Amino acid sequence: MLSLSVRRSPLPGMGLGFGVTMTYLSLLLFLPLGAVVLRASTLTPSGFWAAVWSERARAAYALTFGASAIAAVANMGLGLLLAWVLARYEFWGRRFLDALIDLPFALPTAVAGLVFSGLFVEAGWYGQFLVPLEIRGAYSRLGVVLVLAFVGLPFVVRTVQPVLESLEGEIEEAAASLGASRWQTYSRVLLPALWPSLVTGFALAFARGLGEYGSVQFVSGNMPFKTEIAPVLIVQRLEAFEYAEAAAIACVLLAGSLGSLGLINWLQRRSRRHA
Amino acid sequence: MHSRQNRALRAAGGLVADEPLWLRCLLIGASFAIVGGLILVPLIYVFVQALGPGLHTYLDNLWRDPDTRHSIWMTLTVAPIAVLLNTVLGIAAAWTVTRFRFPGRTLIVTLLDVPFAVSPIVVGLMFVLLFGMQGYFGPALREWGIKIIFAWPGLVLVTTFVTLPFVARELIPLMEALGADEELAAVSLGANPWQLFWRVTLPNIKWGLAYGIIQCNARAIGEFGAVYVVSGRIDGETYTMPLRVDKLFQEYNMPASYAVASLLTLMALATLGIKLLLERYIAAQIELDDQKQLESQS
Repeated sequence: MLSLSVRRSPLPGMGLGFGVTMTYLSLLLFLPLGAVVLRASTLTPSGFWAAVWSERARAAYALTFGASAIAAVANMGLGLLLAWVLARYEFWGRRFLDALIDLPFALPTAVAGLVFSGLFVEAGWYGQFLVPLEIRGAYSRLGVVLVLAFVGLPFVVRTVQPVLESLEGEIEEAAASLGASRWQTYSRVLLPALWPSLVTGFALAFARGLGEYGSVQFVSGNMPFKTEIAPVLIVQRLEAFEYAEAAAIACVLLAGSLGSLGLINWLQRRSRRHA
Repeated sequence: MHSRQNRALRAAGGLVADEPLWLRCLLIGASFAIVGGLILVPLIYVFVQALGPGLHTYLDNLWRDPDTRHSIWMTLTVAPIAVLLNTVLGIAAAWTVTRFRFPGRTLIVTLLDVPFAVSPIVVGLMFVLLFGMQGYFGPALREWGIKIIFAWPGLVLVTTFVTLPFVARELIPLMEALGADEELAAVSLGANPWQLFWRVTLPNIKWGLAYGIIQCNARAIGEFGAVYVVSGRIDGETYTMPLRVDKLFQEYNMPASYAVASLLTLMALATLGIKLLLERYIAAQIELDDQKQLESQS
C-alpha cells in the first residue's frame, strides 16, 4: 500500500529506518498509552467519575494547572528581560550569565527541589528574611510556583533570544526616523515580532510545569487540599493498589496536557499568521 | 555573527534607537539579580551544605554508604543504556523522515514529541500497568522469570521513554537543513549503506548528534517521577541517585542528601561545559560550510 505513494529514492535504509521507528513507537508509546486507557475503561462511569472528580482531586488539578500557569507567565516576563539583555547589550559577565541560564535544563529537578526547600525554610538563607514577612517559599503553594518557575526559566529565554538577535537594528532606526517614540517602537514594532516566540516559550514552560514531580515533591509537603499536585494522587492510588482509579486520573492528566499543547500550538499558528 | 555585530554597534553608541544608559544598567542589574538569586545562589548552596560538615564526612557520605554507592552505580548504568537506545532511534527516525517522503511522515515527527507532554508519574504508571504483577503482561513474564517492574529493566524502560525525543529533535532539523545531495552523490558513486553512514552522514551530523546525546544524558540522569513509580525503592537494588537524594532527605540525613545532590550538580555543570564547547564547534562548522559554499560559487 505504501509503495504506491512513495516516490522511489536511491538512498538505502527506508525500510530499516521506518521499521525501527515504528517498532520503537509501538512498544514504547502506543502500547503503554493503550494500557492506561484500557485499564481506566474497566471502571464503571460512576466509578470513573468518583475517582477523577473528588473534591481532593479537583483541588489538586487546580493547583497543578494554576501553579504551572502562574510560573509560566512569570517566566514570560523574566525570560523576555533576560533575552533582551543578552541579545542587545555587551557587558562584563555576559557569557557567564548566558551559560548559567541553561542550568535548570541540566540540573536534576530533585536537586532543585531539595535546594529550594532548604533556602526558603525559616532558618534558610532566604527564609530568615522572608518568613518574618509571612512569605513562605517552602511547604506552600508559593513554593510550588517557585520551583516551577526555576524549572521553566530557560524555555522562554531560549525561544525569544534567537528571534531578538535576528531582528535588524535598522527596523528600530526606521521606526525612530519615521517619528515613532521609544515606547511606540517597543509596543508596535518589537513586541509583535517577538510575540510568537513568547507564546512558544510560555507553552513549553507551562507543559513542563504540568508534568513536573521531582522538585515539587521536596517543596510542597503534600498537604491534601492545599499543596498536593495531581501526580501525587496517582502515586497514592498506586500504593493502595487501586490501579484502575490511578489510570483514570492519569487519563485526565493526559487529556489536560495533550489538550493544552494542542491549544497552544493552534494559538501559536494563529499569532504567527497575524504577526 | 549578526547579533555580535549588533551588540558591538550598540555598545559603541551607534544606534539611534538605543536605550539610555541608566535604563541599560537597570536591566542588566535586574538580570544579574534574577540569575543570581534563582540559579547561582542555589548552586552555591548545594556545595555549602554538602561540604559543611567537612571534606572527610563528605567523602564518607558518598563512598562509605553501600546504598549510596549502589545508587551511583545504578544511575551510571541506566542512563547510558537509555541514551544508547534513543541514539539508535534518533538516527533511524531522522533518516526516515528527512530522506524519504511518505504519508504519515509529519505524524511520526509529532509522535516523537509526545513524551515531552506526558507527566513522568503517568509514564511510570503506564509501565506498571503493562509489566507489574497486576499488569497485562506481568504474570506471564514472571513465569518466564523476567522481572521488569521493581527491577532495573523497568528503570531503563521509563528513562528511555522520558528521554525519547532529545536526539531525534536535534537531528531532524539538522538533516533537513543539510539535504541529501552528498548522500545521493555517494550512492551514485557506489557507496554501500555502511560506507554511506560512516563516511558521509555521520561526519556531517556528529556535532548535532553529540549535542542531542548530551541533553538526553542529562535528562536521563536527573529523571525522578517515572523511576520513582517503577523502582519500588528497594534499598541497595533499585535506587538511582535522585531517588537516593529523596530517601536521605526523608530520613533527615541532610549532609548525605546534599552530598549526593552535589555529585548530580557536578554532572550538570559538566553537561553545561560540554554543551558550550559543542556550540562553539557547531558555530565554527557552519562558518566553514558557508565559506566552502562561497568558494564553490565563485
